[in-house]
Order: sequence, then C-alpha cells, then structure tokens
Amino acid sequence: MIPELGQFALVLALLLSGAQAYFGLWGAHRANPRFMAVVRPAVAGHFVLVSTAMAVLIYAFVNFDFSVLYVASNSNSALPTFYRVAALWGAHEGSLLLWGWILALWTLAVAMFSRNLPPSFASRVIGVLGIVSFCFLLFTLYTSNPFERLPVEQIPADGRDLNPVLQDPALAIHPPLLYTGYVGFAVAFAFACAAMLEGKLDQAWARWTRPWTTLAWCFLSVGIALGSWWAYYELGWGGYWFWDPVENASFMPWLVGTALIHSLAVTEKRGLFKSWTLLLAILAFSLSLLGTFLVRSGVLVSVHSFAADPERGMFILAFLVLMIGGALTLYSWRAPLLKSPAGFDGISREAFLLYNNIALVLAALVVFIGTLAPLVNDALGMQSISVGPGWFTRTFPFIALALVVLVSIGIHSAWKRGKLSDSRRRLGIGLVVALVVGLAISLGAYGPGKWLSIIGVVLGVWVIVSSLFDPIDRLRRRLSLSRAVIGMTIAHLGLGVCVIAISTVESYTIERDVALGAGETVALGRYAYRFDSLQPIEGPNYDGVRAQVTVLRDGKPLTVLHPEKRNYWVQRSTMTEAGIHSRWNMDLFAALGEDLQGGRWSVRAQLRPLIDYVWLAAGLMALGGGIAASDRRYRARQAAEAAATANTGTAEAT
Amino acid sequence: MNRFILPVVVFLALAGLLYVGVRHSPNKSTMVSALLGKPAPVIELPVLGDPTRTFNSRELAGRPWVINVWGTWCGECRVEHETLLAIAKQNRVPLVGLNWKDDDEAAQQWLTQLGNPYSVVAADREGRSAIDFGVYGAPETFFIDADGLVQYRHVGAMTTEVWEREFLSRLPKAAMP
Repeated sequence: MIPELGQFALVLALLLSGAQAYFGLWGAHRANPRFMAVVRPAVAGHFVLVSTAMAVLIYAFVNFDFSVLYVASNSNSALPTFYRVAALWGAHEGSLLLWGWILALWTLAVAMFSRNLPPSFASRVIGVLGIVSFCFLLFTLYTSNPFERLPVEQIPADGRDLNPVLQDPALAIHPPLLYTGYVGFAVAFAFACAAMLEGKLDQAWARWTRPWTTLAWCFLSVGIALGSWWAYYELGWGGYWFWDPVENASFMPWLVGTALIHSLAVTEKRGLFKSWTLLLAILAFSLSLLGTFLVRSGVLVSVHSFAADPERGMFILAFLVLMIGGALTLYSWRAPLLKSPAGFDGISREAFLLYNNIALVLAALVVFIGTLAPLVNDALGMQSISVGPGWFTRTFPFIALALVVLVSIGIHSAWKRGKLSDSRRRLGIGLVVALVVGLAISLGAYGPGKWLSIIGVVLGVWVIVSSLFDPIDRLRRRLSLSRAVIGMTIAHLGLGVCVIAISTVESYTIERDVALGAGETVALGRYAYRFDSLQPIEGPNYDGVRAQVTVLRDGKPLTVLHPEKRNYWVQRSTMTEAGIHSRWNMDLFAALGEDLQGGRWSVRAQLRPLIDYVWLAAGLMALGGGIAASDRRYRARQAAEAAATANTGTAEAT
Repeated sequence: MNRFILPVVVFLALAGLLYVGVRHSPNKSTMVSALLGKPAPVIELPVLGDPTRTFNSRELAGRPWVINVWGTWCGECRVEHETLLAIAKQNRVPLVGLNWKDDDEAAQQWLTQLGNPYSVVAADREGRSAIDFGVYGAPETFFIDADGLVQYRHVGAMTTEVWEREFLSRLPKAAMP
C-alpha cells in the first residue's frame, strides 16, 4: 500500500507542476494577479508531494520491501543502512526521482526568495520551472516508475543488491551534488526564458540571476570533483579523469556555466553581452539535459551508464527538443530586440571576459566533439571511430592554458577603457614571480618533465600571483574587501592550484606494475613498496583479501598501505579498493591487480605528486563561488531595485 | 535571416543526429544481432604481438568459442577485464580477443599489466571484422557454437552473472570437463 502512496504523490505533483506552469506563464501574460497568486502555493505543494514520494521510496529501501521492483533490483538484506538510502539514486528510476526532487527544492527556493522581484517576472520564472518539472515527472512516471511492483509470485526473497561500484561513501553523495548543480542551471535557464518572454533584460536581471547561477556552479564543481576522486581510489588504476562520456557530460555544463558566470558579471556591471548571456544560460542547462540524455539513453557506452533504454532516450530527446528548441526559438525572436548601451575597448575588462568566454566555450566544444563524434559517425553510417583520450589530450590543454593566460592578464584590466600600461608593473612582477616560482617547483623540486607541464606550472603560479594583487592592494590601503572580491580571488586561486596540480601529476607521476610475492620490493625513486602479506577479509556483503604493503623511504619504513580486492556476493563482481596514503605533497598509491597464483600478485604501485590538490582546487573554486554568491548586494539592494522595476513593469503591462 | 536563428538551427540538426543515434542504438539489455542463428563472419587477421602469424577463425570450427571485442581506449573494457580473467581461469571455452582499432603497443602493454585472459588476440586495426560482426561499441562478446553459428551477443561489460546465465548455459554438456 505504501509504495502506491508514493506513486500517487508523484501523479499529484505532476498535476501541480502543470498548474504551476499554466498559471505562472499565462497569469503573467494576462497580468492576472489572481492567476499569479496560485503559483507559490503550487510550488509548495509540489515540493511536499515529491518529498513524500522520496520518503516513501527511502522507506521501502530501509524496510527491505522487495515487492518493489526497484528496491529488489538495487538492494539486499546484507546492504548497510547508509547504502540502502543511497541506493535510491543507485540506478535510473531513483536517479530521476532525485532529479525531480532537487528541481522541486530549487523551485521552492526561487519561490521563497523571489518575493522582491517584479511579480510578473517571478511568475514567469516559476512557470518555466513548472514546465521543466512537468516534463521530468511525466518522464519518470511514464518510462521509469520507481514504485513499480512485482507480481506476488515474483517477489524475491532477497534483493539483487546495489551495484558494488556504488557502495562507497563518495559515490553515495556524488550524484545528489552533481544533480544539484545540473538542476540549478534550470534556474538560470528559467530566468533567461522569463527575460525573453518579458522582452526586457537589464542589469537588475543579471543581478538576480547571478547568485543562483554561481550557487549551481559551486555544487557542480564539488560534484565533479567527488566523482573524479571516487574514480581515483575505487576504479583501481589511479587515474582521476578519463574523458569518459559521463564525465564529459558533467564537465561541459561546468565549462559553459563558468562562461555564464563571467558573462553575467559583464551584463550586471555594464549592461553588455545580453544576448550572449542568454544564449549561455540556455546552453548551460541544455548541456545538463544532454548529459542526462547521454547517460540514460544508452547512445554512448561508458563506464558509468548502468542502465540504458532507447524508449527513454526517445522521450528525453523529445523533452530536449521541446525545452531547448523552444528556448532557442524564443531566443531567435527576442534576442535581436536587446540593445547594448555602450561599446568597449579591445583590452578592457569586458573584452578579456569575452575572450575568456570564447576560450571556455571552445573548450566545451572540444569536449562536445570528442564525446559525440562516435555518435555522429554512427548516425552517418560511417565506420565507427573512437576519438579516445588522444583527441582530448591533444586539444584541451592548449585551450585551458590559453584561458589561464587570459585570466592572468585580464584580471589587471579595467572596466570600459583599455589601458594595460597602468598594470604593466603588475604584469611584469607577476610574470617574473611566476617564472621563478614555477620553474623552481617543476624543475627544482621534480626535475625535467614534459614541457607542457612546466608551462602549466608557471602559468598556474601566474594566475595565483595575479589574482592576489588586487586584494592585497586593497588591504594595504585599508579598504574593505567585498565578499564578491574575496570569492572571486579564492576561486581564481583554485584555478591556479588546479593547473599546477594537474600539470605536476601529469608529468611527474611514477608508476610501476609489477608482480610481487611476499617480502618482495619494488622501487619508485626514493621510495620502495614492500609486499608484506595477504589476509582474508569479510565485510557485511562481501569477502576478499587485504594486502599489507609497507612503504619505505630511503630504506626506512614510512607507512603501511592496505589495498583490497573484494568479491561482492550477490552481484558476484570483484572490486578493487586502492590503498592510499596521502602526504602533503603526494599520494602513495597501491592497488592489487590479479592473483598470479603461488602467493604472487600483480601490484600497481604509484607516486602521484600533488594529486590531492586537484580536488582541493575544485573545493576552493566552489568555496569562492559560495562566498561571492552571498555578497551583500544580492540581498540588501534587491528590495529597492525590485520596487523600482515593479513600477515600470506595471506601467508596461497596462 | 539573422544570426540569432543560428543556435536553433544548429540545435535542430544536432537533435536530428541524436534521433538517428537513438533509433540505431539497440536496447542494451535485449540487444539482438542480425547474425543470431547465422554463421559467424570469418575472421582473418594478424595475431597481436606476432604479425607474422594470422588468426583464422575457421581453425576453431567444430567447437564452441567466444569472441570478445575490446580496446585499450574503452573504459568499460577495464571494468570487465577482471571478470574475463576469472572466466579464462575456468578454461571452459576458448576466449578470442578482437582488439578493435587499437594501437599494438598499447594493447600489448595492457595485457602485460592487467593480465591476458585471451587464448589468442586478433588485431583488427581497420575495424573490418568488427563491422562484419555488427559491433556497435566495445566491449561486446559473442558466443559461437560448434556449427559456427552466432548464438548470443552481449553488449557492454561482461559480468559473472551474464557469463553463467547466457554463455555457460549454451555450452553443450559434452564440452564440459
């Protein structure tokens, strides 16, 4: 009975989101305050209903209700409680429900914090979000109902267990964060659509949109970093990024979202780039939807796509055409009407932000081509070619490094007028410091490596130095630092750290794959790994072996690693748990390969310098974004602005 | 026509492409091959690591065998590799590897590092044999019976469960040790 309640709640939520869309959009169009008044209660009701559905499914998982197909397929009586809850998003149906719930949460937040916006505008924003909710819930109920029951005679005594790949703390919280980022771009998308429907886009619009976009971007950053971290220690071969279609699917919206954040800054400060900002807002969400499409439709095979079904693919495609096609049609009609008030100089801050935008979009395009090329070939009936990591490593680093150069220079430029002569001193000092420190790090600490990596380290240091000039200067002059500036600085520091870390780890990783028996040692530079022993282990739903590997530095024991090999009983799959010891400057990594019989195992031994800083950098970026999004001007001035715009808004409507 | 129409035009073209992609994309769980019940295409390719030797699938006629399509560029092939090693250890049926559009050196390094589950690996540099088999993406695994007929096709990473349910079950009793 209880699972049916969940399904019923979803059906009601679907109807309410329809009401939300209809009354929000039509009410704003007819300037009917009674219609628009329906919108917020509908959002609240929608949220409560989707939350109910979530709670019901969690209840079914926690209480081992194997009569529910989804629970039976993704849970097991031996599965620990934590993973029984996380199993909710362990496969397709539950992931969609989570998507819908997060959208309901974002919509609720928008409804709560948009009271200061002009009523017709807020109503349109929520209306557009209503359409997105409606499509998603329809998709969930029609193709992927998580509450589907098994006939009584087919109810299994025990479930088929959660995919062992997913039984990990980082991966358990990775999807919610990632989805929060993806879905958050729906808010920016809705703001863009609402502005196009109103036919009006001003600096106030950019100010309303910015914090939402930045916040979504923060979640996406952390989500991507968590996924990468998980792949690093769980997949067992020590890499942190594989240019896998599913990774790319989350990376493309991130790149475009980064461009959007910066383009919004120009629109807010100077009222420029209006149509470009709109396009980016549409694009960021489109890529989020495309990500869902790629992961869920099975058009691309990938490490991460656990379920695939062409019927679902067709539905998502129809959804894509409706949402993105609709928004872009609206764009082709309304964007020409937007006028930018002023021009700008070729080396002004506006110009540099534009160049950065171009670099970011180009980077996204490169990833896009690499991800979809196999599909294109397939569709055209040509030989299926795999673009593979080669394409990405040949193209992406160059665009990324060009971007980093643009950041380091552009950060010194002033709004509107372009005179780099003012900042020539800063540019000079920055470059010299970057060269000295960068070369000291890459050549001094690590020795000769790939030239691209050395350039990367230097440029990374340059970004850090460049982004510190302004805040330090302000502090010396005893000026206050706004949260916007602090946030921006931290995020740019994150970029610098990220570039340094990736450059270092790409060039100076030492890895050996060797066969080791008890007592044997493999040398890695100053370090050596000694394979001591192997013990059987047993977990709640798996058994396996755990090795003891002692790491020696200069012959002295430093630490002990415990890589594991686990056999999960129900799905009968083998998982590798790497043994990792993180030091401040490197990771000592060991993973068990295969049993070579006779007590010998193939062991993967690696030293990965600075790798933890890749994820730390993502954390810094997200932190910076969070601080910037909490800047005072988004809260304090909102009320006054809104009052002023509301007047003009009603004047136009009448 | 103004430049603001361009995005929607590009998008619709892409949507068309995705449409074709989805229509072509077979359902992974029940994916059938046009080859099912038909004779398996003959493979005649150089052996990986030893270009002087040629692998000819006719040599396997008269006994069931399994062919697995893989490449070092394929993420999911890594995922299934452990399972393949375990399968190879059972030694129930010859497991032929079809190394698809790969680099010889990378492929050999892969097998040295991760272990080699294959009784022989054919190097399909041009992807000809993969096309004959109608391979749509790596990894894919086919079961070919003693009469040389394709009996089963699995798309995606091999799992122990699929192996036991779909492959081992198709082995004639006589072939069991």
